[in-house]
Amino acid sequence: MSLIYRLASRNLLHDRLRFIATVIGIVFSVVLVTIQLGLYLGFGRIVTTMIDHASADLWIMPPGTKCFEDPSTLDERTRFQALSIEGVAQAAPVVIGYADWRIPAGGTFPVFIVASDLREGGLLPWNLVEGSLEALAIPGAVAVDRSYFDRLGIHGIGANAEIRGQKVEVRAVTNGIRSFTTTPYVFTTLDRGRAFTATPANKVTYFLVRVSPGADVESVRRRLTANLSDVDVLTTADFRDRSRSFWLFGTGAGFALFAGALLGMVVGTVIVAQTLYSSTKDHINEFATLRAIGSSRLYIHKVIVCQALISAVIGFCLAAGVGLVVVAATADTALPIVMTPALTLVLFLLTLLMCVISAVAAIVQVTRIDPVMVFTR
Amino acid sequence: MIEPVVQAVDIVKWLGKGAAQVQALKGISLALRGGELTLLMGPSGSGKTTLLSILGCMLTPTRGTVRMRGRSTEGAGPEELAKLRREHVGFIFQSYHLFPTLTATDNVRLALDVRGDNSARAIAKSKDALAMVGLAGKVNAFPLELSGGEQQRVAIARAIVGEPSAVLADEPTASLDGENGNAIMTLLAEIAKDSSRGVLVVAHDPRILCFADRVVHIEDGCIIREERGDAALKKDHGECAAHDRADKPDRMEN
Repeated sequence: MSLIYRLASRNLLHDRLRFIATVIGIVFSVVLVTIQLGLYLGFGRIVTTMIDHASADLWIMPPGTKCFEDPSTLDERTRFQALSIEGVAQAAPVVIGYADWRIPAGGTFPVFIVASDLREGGLLPWNLVEGSLEALAIPGAVAVDRSYFDRLGIHGIGANAEIRGQKVEVRAVTNGIRSFTTTPYVFTTLDRGRAFTATPANKVTYFLVRVSPGADVESVRRRLTANLSDVDVLTTADFRDRSRSFWLFGTGAGFALFAGALLGMVVGTVIVAQTLYSSTKDHINEFATLRAIGSSRLYIHKVIVCQALISAVIGFCLAAGVGLVVVAATADTALPIVMTPALTLVLFLLTLLMCVISAVAAIVQVTRIDPVMVFTR
Repeated sequence: MIEPVVQAVDIVKWLGKGAAQVQALKGISLALRGGELTLLMGPSGSGKTTLLSILGCMLTPTRGTVRMRGRSTEGAGPEELAKLRREHVGFIFQSYHLFPTLTATDNVRLALDVRGDNSARAIAKSKDALAMVGLAGKVNAFPLELSGGEQQRVAIARAIVGEPSAVLADEPTASLDGENGNAIMTLLAEIAKDSSRGVLVVAHDPRILCFADRVVHIEDGCIIREERGDAALKKDHGECAAHDRADKPDRMEN
């Protein structure tokens, strides 16, 4: 094995305090980047929760709809026009909108109504832990997530409240259906949804289209677009992208998260660069000796890059540990930090890149070494 | 005639810039031949180290030619000079310049590692080189665990492990006591017996004259006299080579 690794590791460990400072810098930087990118992923996922759980191949929506929460409406007649298109098996109406939940003990709290036809499906609650979907057919029945019990001032199944002056009763409880806006989702039937959101009886927000078995989704989408006027027809994937794009970039949230990640990278790069530079300065005699005995510049550059990579690997491993703790701690919050294998790999590569970039200043320094200096020191 | 391992012809070297510029070497010619230990002597500032640096391809001359094993170094860039150094030159420094975080074996092995030889054979060769300089029992010692004489032996092992054409030593005994200095010079004299290798030692300690096959006196950037080692103490000072061309190879006394 080449001595490059040994030289690099011993150079690093020669000054343990500086090495610890370097590693702490990398850990700080990587954890910061992990949080920012994890939040980005988590935000990207949570803003499309409803789209991801809808049973739809295509979405028919008012033109220019930016995201799922956009409360514009369509005319009910559109549904029948859609059903007449070849390849359309079902067009389930969905109504959404904001409403006020009147807490039994007094006071109100805004909620987000998601209403579907129980027979046709569309967007029904999932992850039920208490009650049943069928129970939503009971007059005044709603489904809420148990994580919002405190906020809604209720205790569970059977709890009563009021929405827009109408009595409601919790008949089903879900687990993990959280809104990134902190406004609780309340699932109910189509008619009740219209009443809660003051949506006219002939209006809906979306039609969720299921295509016939064997039909090509894109062909059906093109036909719907060609035959329906004044609507947008998107595949689930396209609507997910549009919605995510709106929340992440239309609101500036994504840029802020990326800016945070970039800042983390810059901080990490500066810290590692500073310590590598001073370490190289301390070992300048040794690098000059290497040059004097005939080493190529590449050999010396490899030693410095190897130092950077060793720091990166150790720093990343520790940061990954801290990151896992952060991920676990935020798992049940409204905006969980998401860590995926792909993100882990990206973070590892970013850490390596950050440390290699940090080595540039040190490399520039050793490139200027005059081997003759070994005679004067 | 045997071709010199390193040959410098009419070397001029200016150091510094502007008003601070000085002429360190003033038209020096010197050939280092295999199987010979050459002692380069002179007062401080006479140009010894500059000449050593030029012969060892660390510095390029302002004017003149250096030939390493017959190959001219003229026009060679820093990387080509580094290649010549790792393939043909072994350096020994006054302050050893060992790597404190590496064992004796690894310090020696560095000379092979920079050549790209990191095989198990390189480790064996490094240990052999240490054995040759009398440090077979200290292969795993770190420099700080060795005496000054032992550290210089490690440096010698590093210089010879790659079987260079020229071993260039800059005041190798200056940091050592008399006994250790003699031991180091004995070792260098032994190394110089190899006819494929020339050894040049820069020194100003007259006690080591007896080890030299040839002594070259340098002063003010000029070779002022060359003589056989065994007669070195008896010779008088001559005139500046730059003035009477006494330093030319065809006028050498050997």
